[in-house]
Amino acid sequence: MLEARHLECTRGERRLFRDLSFKLGGGQLLRVAGANGSGKTSLLRIMCGLLAPSAGELRWRGRPIRAEREEYSRNLVFIGHLNALKDDLTALENLQVTAALGGMPADAERMLAALDRFGVAHCAELPTKILSQGQRRRVALARLALSPAVPLWILDEPFSALDVGAVSELERLLAAHIASGGMVVLTTHQEVQVVAHAVLRIDLDVHTAALLAA
Amino acid sequence: MIRALGWVLRRDLLLVFRRRGDVVNALVFFVIVVSLFPLGVGAEASQLRNMAPGVLWVAALLACMLSLARLFAPDHQDGTLEQMLLAGEPLVILVMGKVIAHWLVSGLPLVLMAPLLGLQFDLPGDALAVLCVSLLIGTPVLSLIGAVGAALTLGVRGSGALVALLVLPLYVPVLIFGAGSVGATAAGTGAEAHLLLLGGFLALALVLAPWASAAALRIAME
Repeated sequence: MLEARHLECTRGERRLFRDLSFKLGGGQLLRVAGANGSGKTSLLRIMCGLLAPSAGELRWRGRPIRAEREEYSRNLVFIGHLNALKDDLTALENLQVTAALGGMPADAERMLAALDRFGVAHCAELPTKILSQGQRRRVALARLALSPAVPLWILDEPFSALDVGAVSELERLLAAHIASGGMVVLTTHQEVQVVAHAVLRIDLDVHTAALLAA
Repeated sequence: MIRALGWVLRRDLLLVFRRRGDVVNALVFFVIVVSLFPLGVGAEASQLRNMAPGVLWVAALLACMLSLARLFAPDHQDGTLEQMLLAGEPLVILVMGKVIAHWLVSGLPLVLMAPLLGLQFDLPGDALAVLCVSLLIGTPVLSLIGAVGAALTLGVRGSGALVALLVLPLYVPVLIFGAGSVGATAAGTGAEAHLLLLGGFLALALVLAPWASAAALRIAME
């Protein structure tokens, strides 16, 4: 259970949002919407604990996330807009390193199965620098197929650079994760076809406009 | 924890292996600088013997500093640093893995190369041995202190000059006692005191530097 209380984010001189509160429970998907520069990525980074909010706090299972970083990190998978792939390593090696750092077993068979779900198993032995943008995104997303047991997935523009096949595969994966009681937070500019018990939605533009009007 | 450290170490060494040019650069720099001195200064043996410890140590120090820019910056650019911060393992351990990799790649080759280069300066056998030991103890300190500097200047424009400015004052004691140990052997007073002090620096840096680097990395990522 992730709970945000009165979050405020200031970057430089600009206040991106303030007084943002929400609760995210098991089996829910939170979609963060907003124009470019409205603070979507900053909000996601705050949720990961990479960025400190200028006010307010986030609680995971009732405890502030910055108090127990490692414990919280083990409960979350973050895929940012950078793919976190090393150009000179193969897709398989990249996935192994990320899995090992996340505390998961790094045996090659599981990795290949995960790559296969996103249709990039044939690139497993190729250095990622020769892969296309979409293929690299697929390799980065293959991490999700390894992490069904990790409750919280935080994804920044996961659909960018993906073709139709990969989009539907990712949607299936998100739906399965939510059905098994997981939580997903994502930002996207396209509509997500995920059947969740509750799709929560935060629109940072609307949120800011409402605060200004009040 | 040890497993995570092992993976970081393995990854960094693998990356270096795939991009050998970068490593060779530091070593080539070291060899060239040290070899040019006898040519420039002249071949008088006593003069060369006197300046050998200083030249070798200064060159090692600069070679080590050259490679600092690549310690965290590539990870910062491709997003793997973000993932290391969210790894579920203490960041200190992962930083330690990176520092060990840095030393194996840019420190250890200098230690192995030093006796050969020392011969050019007509250093006697016992001085060569002390030179190696002093570099063996001293270069890990350079990597550890360098990691703090590299982490502090991460993402800053013109970070190369800034790293030098931050790190050099902290390198100076290592340089003085490292070069001093070889000089003391040559003078016949024994190098124990210098080497023990270097060991003390290493112990201190091992305890403090990984924590300082980890804290600096967290700040740099905000």
